[in-house]
Amino acid sequence: MALPFSYVVRNLVARRLTTALTVGGMALVVYVFATVLMLAAGLERTLVATGSDDNVVVIRKGAQTEVQSGVDRIQASIVESLPGIATGEDGRPLVSKEPVVLISLPKRESGKPSNVVIRGVTTAGYALRPQVRIVDGRLPRPGTAEVIAGRSIAEGFRGAGRDETVRFASRDWTVVGVFDAGRTGFDSEIWGDAEQMLQAFRRQGYSSVIFRLADGSRFDAMRQAIEADPRLTLEAKRETRFYADQSEALSKFITYLGTSISIIFSIGAVIGAMITMYASVAARTGEIGTLRALGFSRAAILTAFLTESLLLGFVGGAIGLAGASLMQAVSISTMNFQTFAEIAFSFTLTPGIVAASLGFALAMGFIGGFLPAARAARMKIVDALRAA
Amino acid sequence: MSVSPDTATAPEPSTSAPAPDSASDSPVDTGPRILVSIRSLSKYYVRGDQVIPVLVDLDLDVAEGDFVALMGPSGSGKSTLLDLVAGIDKPSGGEIRIAGVDIARLSEGELAAWRAAHVGFIFQFYNLMPVLSAFGNVELPLLLTSLSRRERHERVAIALALVGLTDRADHYPNELSGGQQQRVAIARALITDPTLVVADEPTGDLDRTTAGEILGLLGRLNEELGKTILMVTHDPKAAERAHRVVHLEKGVLAD
Amino acid sequence: MFVPLLVLRNLFRHKLRTLLTALGIVIAIASFGILRTVVDAWYAGANASSSARLVTRSSVSLVFPLPLNYAQKIRQVAGIESVAAVNWFGGVYISERNFFPQFAIQAPAYLAMYPEILLADAERKAFFTDRQGAIAGRKLADQYGWKVGDAIPLRGTIFPGTWTFALRGIYDGADKTVDQSTFFFHWEYLNETVRKSNPRRGDQAGLFVVRIRDPGQAAEVSQAVDATFANSLAETLTETEKAFQLSFVAMTEAILVAIQAVSYVVLLIIMAVMANTMAMTARERYGEYATMKALGFTGAFVAGLITAESLGLALFAGVAGIALTFPLAAAFAEAMGTLFPVFFVSEETVALQLGASFAVGLVAAAVPAWRAARVRIVDGLRAVA
Repeated sequence: MALPFSYVVRNLVARRLTTALTVGGMALVVYVFATVLMLAAGLERTLVATGSDDNVVVIRKGAQTEVQSGVDRIQASIVESLPGIATGEDGRPLVSKEPVVLISLPKRESGKPSNVVIRGVTTAGYALRPQVRIVDGRLPRPGTAEVIAGRSIAEGFRGAGRDETVRFASRDWTVVGVFDAGRTGFDSEIWGDAEQMLQAFRRQGYSSVIFRLADGSRFDAMRQAIEADPRLTLEAKRETRFYADQSEALSKFITYLGTSISIIFSIGAVIGAMITMYASVAARTGEIGTLRALGFSRAAILTAFLTESLLLGFVGGAIGLAGASLMQAVSISTMNFQTFAEIAFSFTLTPGIVAASLGFALAMGFIGGFLPAARAARMKIVDALRAA
Repeated sequence: MSVSPDTATAPEPSTSAPAPDSASDSPVDTGPRILVSIRSLSKYYVRGDQVIPVLVDLDLDVAEGDFVALMGPSGSGKSTLLDLVAGIDKPSGGEIRIAGVDIARLSEGELAAWRAAHVGFIFQFYNLMPVLSAFGNVELPLLLTSLSRRERHERVAIALALVGLTDRADHYPNELSGGQQQRVAIARALITDPTLVVADEPTGDLDRTTAGEILGLLGRLNEELGKTILMVTHDPKAAERAHRVVHLEKGVLAD
Repeated sequence: MFVPLLVLRNLFRHKLRTLLTALGIVIAIASFGILRTVVDAWYAGANASSSARLVTRSSVSLVFPLPLNYAQKIRQVAGIESVAAVNWFGGVYISERNFFPQFAIQAPAYLAMYPEILLADAERKAFFTDRQGAIAGRKLADQYGWKVGDAIPLRGTIFPGTWTFALRGIYDGADKTVDQSTFFFHWEYLNETVRKSNPRRGDQAGLFVVRIRDPGQAAEVSQAVDATFANSLAETLTETEKAFQLSFVAMTEAILVAIQAVSYVVLLIIMAVMANTMAMTARERYGEYATMKALGFTGAFVAGLITAESLGLALFAGVAGIALTFPLAAAFAEAMGTLFPVFFVSEETVALQLGASFAVGLVAAAVPAWRAARVRIVDGLRAVA
């Protein structure tokens, strides 16, 4: 025979302050736990979504980022002429040879400089990234000092808004449009005409070559063709892989730091739950004796107290998760360790994180409640009744 | 930490019972002086929009050196009357003069200092501090006086000897029987040499024999030390020990 | 002695509860300290910088180099003592996991500007005379078990190819704020090699470190340097070494802010736990508090008892937490290796930890103390029965 659930709930309500403080502690732990996972998930999603599976990024062997890489004009045209590259609607191959540099721009709010990626693109560059849409203004005209800025950059950096001008490479560039790249890494870039960029930065070569595979399954063959060619000192990666690799260090850092912090913090919350449950058991010794005398089994007592503690954990988890879900409205902008470039991403709540957070909260409740519940279940009826 | 400042100004208990203010408006009497004078005392509780009367327009005098038993059924208001006289509850109306002081008009702080100097408490469940030894419990009220450590210890020794617990001084409440605990409580009630001793069912939790011992002790306090005692009880045997029995019923005196 | 004894005895009435609460506080205060130390470590570079050093780099961004001949022109600016070219190498040692900073430096000039880098004379001489020589910080050498004379291969990410250096010396720091996880080699070697394979990238410096005579003149000298190259093909940005380091910190500010916020969350959690303990404790003792008040003790005295008990517990556990921070920080630094080259618990952190323990004790006592002070004696006495 089990004790009714309402018995458990009433006991928690009866000691409001204690219940609220215990739940509050757990909610804070779950909040930190969920927020950190959301941050790592947001970063991964941003960078993974940046790439498209059929696109291939070609950079210099050994370079980890486009900024470090260099592909000279001869090498670029060899890659361009490789068979197996898809053709666009205009009948020309879908290849974009792009110079990518970092410049430092002041942040709109603090005025502190941070590194922003400037990418020179060609018409094919837009076709390769259909997720990029102009939301305000228009595309830059080829051969002019016009640029467009990703939404995070337009919002976050001085001079990067629509109709403003940014100065770099001894020139003023007019921002003629703001684009939305669907919360991908491109949102944190400024794009302009590739040839204009090469001239302005006095570059002889490109940073990377991006192309679309005519047949997505032929990637390995393409890669071998590029990497085996003695004229090319280049390597090819699927675009998805390329961007996922770039988020690895930062997202690992966030996940490791966050998980260790959450686990350490949870010890505090578990202790809180344990104190509360021990007190709950102590205060109800006589009650437990009476229940046992009435015929409730040890298991029923154990279950009742464990349920009480799990309920504490669940309510704490739900409140913490609710708080964390509000963070979805916040976006974070920081430097990616691997690229040294500014990257904006937002807290992303996934079903996996919801499940993990609630599981974490219930685990805290279970661990905190088990010993006190066992003590309650082990009490001798006579002793418990006397203590009343 | 030291004893808070407002208790430091508490009147120091004198070695003999303080003389009531002779200039007070206590009625002229041929017998012993009136120590407690209660006039038009009323107390009621408000529960929602309901007013529950506990004591209604009550008058009562207690002479100095008297031993009064307050009796009455549950809910008659006898405990409330005791609380009011002891200064741990506030009346809704009327006055309570004790040794000339209308304690109904004292502030929280003044009342605390007044209790420290003038009232000794004995409770049904002893109300000893579980973390203090018998000695420490008896010493506790003396912390509110300016007595030196040595003076305090001398007094505690005398009080414990008086209740016959000298050899139990170092024991903690949970190591003492109910009767012993109550004797510690009596020693605590005496230690400041109060004007008035209030006892709330002092034998309520004790067996007959032990109850008899405790009542005997109270009787000695009254006769040998001249302590004025006000005792709430529903035990007729206990009431027999008193000089005077006052019956309360539904908040009024039922003589 | 009576009152402290009373407080102490009260503390040990519920041994398990007191122990658990103390354990919670110890963990919270220690993790608060570690998180603060992580934040401090971030700023370590900026704190260790000298006000007599400036950094001149391309005004566009760090990835743009400056022509080597700028060194000559900078040296001619009034107030400047010496100049050294520096390049970030960004090589990979065996695998990407082994990250540590590597710089190509004009060694004699550079090391003269950094007296805090301590190198034995023999090793210094050996390094200066070996074109492919390199030196590494003590922490770095210990982490990978390098010894003087070892060959160290680095795979270039910015400068292609595999580069092999001969370790000629291991340096120590003059004090614990000096980064001992950096790898230095000759800028001239880098330049010669690059010139052979890619002449266009030769004779270029990533940045120049500049030593000035009077640190008070830093602003004026910086402006003078930048004015020299204004309107040239490669404009410069000169700032103090500290400002330069801080600009890196600022780029990761969002993460720092998050860590700082989280370090305060742990205090909130433990405040809730401790407040719970005190609330339960006080509730169980309302009868005793009422008795004390009946005996004539004031509400303030009773509140003081609770506050003293709470503060006593929080401070005791807090001090234990502080003591635990030091071995934990050492273990953390060990585990993180060269990721946090400078990692030690500052006095300020200890002070903050102490303050936090005090605040936790005080806040936890607030509501129970207030309630106990206000408890109606009559209600409290009946609660005993």
